[in-house]
Amino acid sequence: MQLPLWPEAASAVAVDVDHLYIYLTLVSVVMSVLIFGTIFVFAIKYRRRGDEVPRPIHGSLRLEIGWSIVPFLVMLTFFWWGAKIYFLNAVPPPNAMDVYVVGKQWMWKLQYPGGQREINELHVPTGRAVKITLASEDVIHSFFIPALRIKHDVVPGHYDTMWFTADKPGRYHMFCAEYCGTEHSGMVGWVTIMNPSDYENWLAGGGSSGTMAQQGERIFEQLGCAGCHLVERQGRGPSLRGLYGSRVQLSSGQSVQADDAYIRESILNPNAKVVTGYQPNIMPSFQGQVSEEQILQLVVYIKSLAVTPAPGAPTAVLHRGDALAGNAGQPDGGKQ
Amino acid sequence: MSTALQEPQTTETVNYLNAQYGWKSWLFTTDHKRIAVLYLISISVMFALGGVFAGLIRTELLTPEGDLFNSDTYNKIFTMHGVVMIFFFLIPSIPATFGNFLVPMMIGAKDLAFPRINLLSWYIYIAGALFALAAIVMGGVDTGWTFYTPFSTTYSNTFVITAAVGVFIAGFSSILTGLNFIVTVHKMRAPGMTWGRLPLFVWANYATALIQVLGTPVVAITLALVGLERAFHIGIFDPAIGGDPILFQHMFWFYSHPAVYIMILPGMGVISELVTCFSRKGVFGYSFIAGSSLGIAIIGFLVWGHHMFVTGMSMYAGLYFSFLTMVVAVPSAIKVFNWTATMFRGSISYETPMLYAFGFIGLFTIGGLTGLFLGTLGMDVHLTDTYFVVAHFHYVMVGGMVLAYMGALHFWWPKITGKMYPDGWGKFSALLVFVGFNLTFFPQFILGYLGQPRRYHAYAPEFQVLNVMSTAGASVLGVGFLIPLIYLLWSLKYGKAAGNNPWGAKGLEWTTQSPPTTFNFDVTPIVTEEAYEYAKHEEAHVG
Repeated sequence: MQLPLWPEAASAVAVDVDHLYIYLTLVSVVMSVLIFGTIFVFAIKYRRRGDEVPRPIHGSLRLEIGWSIVPFLVMLTFFWWGAKIYFLNAVPPPNAMDVYVVGKQWMWKLQYPGGQREINELHVPTGRAVKITLASEDVIHSFFIPALRIKHDVVPGHYDTMWFTADKPGRYHMFCAEYCGTEHSGMVGWVTIMNPSDYENWLAGGGSSGTMAQQGERIFEQLGCAGCHLVERQGRGPSLRGLYGSRVQLSSGQSVQADDAYIRESILNPNAKVVTGYQPNIMPSFQGQVSEEQILQLVVYIKSLAVTPAPGAPTAVLHRGDALAGNAGQPDGGKQ
Repeated sequence: MSTALQEPQTTETVNYLNAQYGWKSWLFTTDHKRIAVLYLISISVMFALGGVFAGLIRTELLTPEGDLFNSDTYNKIFTMHGVVMIFFFLIPSIPATFGNFLVPMMIGAKDLAFPRINLLSWYIYIAGALFALAAIVMGGVDTGWTFYTPFSTTYSNTFVITAAVGVFIAGFSSILTGLNFIVTVHKMRAPGMTWGRLPLFVWANYATALIQVLGTPVVAITLALVGLERAFHIGIFDPAIGGDPILFQHMFWFYSHPAVYIMILPGMGVISELVTCFSRKGVFGYSFIAGSSLGIAIIGFLVWGHHMFVTGMSMYAGLYFSFLTMVVAVPSAIKVFNWTATMFRGSISYETPMLYAFGFIGLFTIGGLTGLFLGTLGMDVHLTDTYFVVAHFHYVMVGGMVLAYMGALHFWWPKITGKMYPDGWGKFSALLVFVGFNLTFFPQFILGYLGQPRRYHAYAPEFQVLNVMSTAGASVLGVGFLIPLIYLLWSLKYGKAAGNNPWGAKGLEWTTQSPPTTFNFDVTPIVTEEAYEYAKHEEAHVG
């Protein structure tokens, strides 16, 4: 019989959340004991003894102000501490390594920049910031790792990001936390947190079909994207060299940051944001022709074009397991 | 009970129950008290149905494997538990029954302002309930009571539109009740019944009515859009056809968070009545309790985003919603402190309704404090969509609202039926409810922090012990609710005559006969004293 009362904590943030939880619980216990204790004492001390009618006490402005303001000030400490953790969780550090997660009824499909792919399994090293980019193939899911005390909804049509730095090797639950249909409770898996050296070994074992960028490049060829988007010069469409992370001038007069969400939108709905100097209705929509996983591969491929390669080098040079985000420039690119 | 109660006063007086006979006299009645009784019966049926679903959920969760039902069936069961309990029990519960019965009597009126609209609201409720029942009978709904898109609009293969139509229709019943209360309180108060003398139960129902009238149309619109997208593929919420699923959540919670206050505010009104009566003492901080109801009603409209902290909303929006969530907790805290202060130097007795009031204050306090956990941004990221949330809202909704409802039922039962129930059984079942409730839901706080997500058909094996405790508690809770059903029905035939004012309570409803006559008062009362003036004002010692 197992009766755990406290979840494992596998990151510094998780420990901070635990401290906040203990603080909230302590304050709640103190408040409850004060209130229940007072009621208990009154209920005994002033129990009805006869037919006496007690004198009314109509109120006290001083007391009312006191018990409005004091609890509120205490609540503000909750607010402040909670906001601090929330803000910390919101922005991944620029040197974080990437993992791409697609939620799909009813499984998690994970991809690594090195080309490794997994279902319902996530492998990450300790001591290194990991940025997870979340996409959904169908309904809303929510990616939840209790041991890290983090969770983020996976909303179709949006890219969302979450990040963590794990510090305790082990195997931990991964859950879908947003109800998503029949096998919602089967949409679970495991997070394996490994020492960096074990992680290098693990990386070396997988990814037979090239890096994620190379996979993206193949899709780029298959879908015929290369016919218009020439890499080294302007074709019928704009060149994608150096695009990622840059500011794009649109024909509407506005400009946007070329981030993951922008690239995804341009693939699925090309007329939404047309680059200045180009015509709408030339590029077809690829809605329904590419899966969210493939779009992520395309995004990673286009990201890899952001830097000018050394002369003579092939496109999409990537070492297995290498972080791409270091080149990206825009740490919070996935946020809408 | 005092011996005075043993002698029935006069059993054969004419009252609203025996003034007319026959089913037509009930189905075409415009008497607010009879309509209240119609509502009481209807929502009791829905409560029992929702309770059966709850029992099925807890039975399935006795073991980690999903072995009692298949996943689809389980998903339908928790959805229908939520839909039935929230839209067809909790939202109408106190306003439509005790509010209907008592608001006119408490202000010295013969009826609500619009008696026919009041009857209409019951028929609309029944129509909505029939749609919901039809959805259940035809095969159920599996979206969760929240109807989240695009699951509800595109992916679910169940009777979403039928259920949504049921909720849509029932909403109009709620709006009409609210409208009726607002007009009644404004226009039909007896001479001398100033705003400052209104019983706090009336204030609470008035604040609730404001939310009903202002909030309910939004959920109606939202569900109509869900129906349109599902039936005609108009792209509103599904990103595959140009919509945004987050838009749904904003619209849904814009109503459904204030709806939480539709559910709890009338319960708070009940507690104010119970605490003063059983302390035999005027309420402490009348204007703060009354004002806090309005404060909750207003600020409650500004906090909906705290249901969406992990959807990817802007972190600055998160700050705003978190801050206001802390603000909205203040008026609730004010109420708890004032109830406690009312007991100070009171003359406290422990009849069944007061036990429910004690239970309410305790459980609602825990429900409110754990709500602050969820309003705290970094904490919510871990806790949202886990059993912690389930435990939290059951502490507020069952520990708070349902206990207040039970307290109201036991407090005004003598007025409604003219009969007393056996107080010993009442106390016993109140205790069972309290113990069973805590055993059911307290372990769920721990489960939530451990990380068990809600709406899981099967769960990780290490969560089993706490789940078994929860299921055991649910069976105690079920018995605690069944016993009152038996003795209350028993009391209709065998109960002692209650007399006009068995509790020695203040308030105009206690000056009428039990059960009251059709028009409540033979002569319109003239109010000359403050609310809850148990002791004469001259003796009052202003503290």
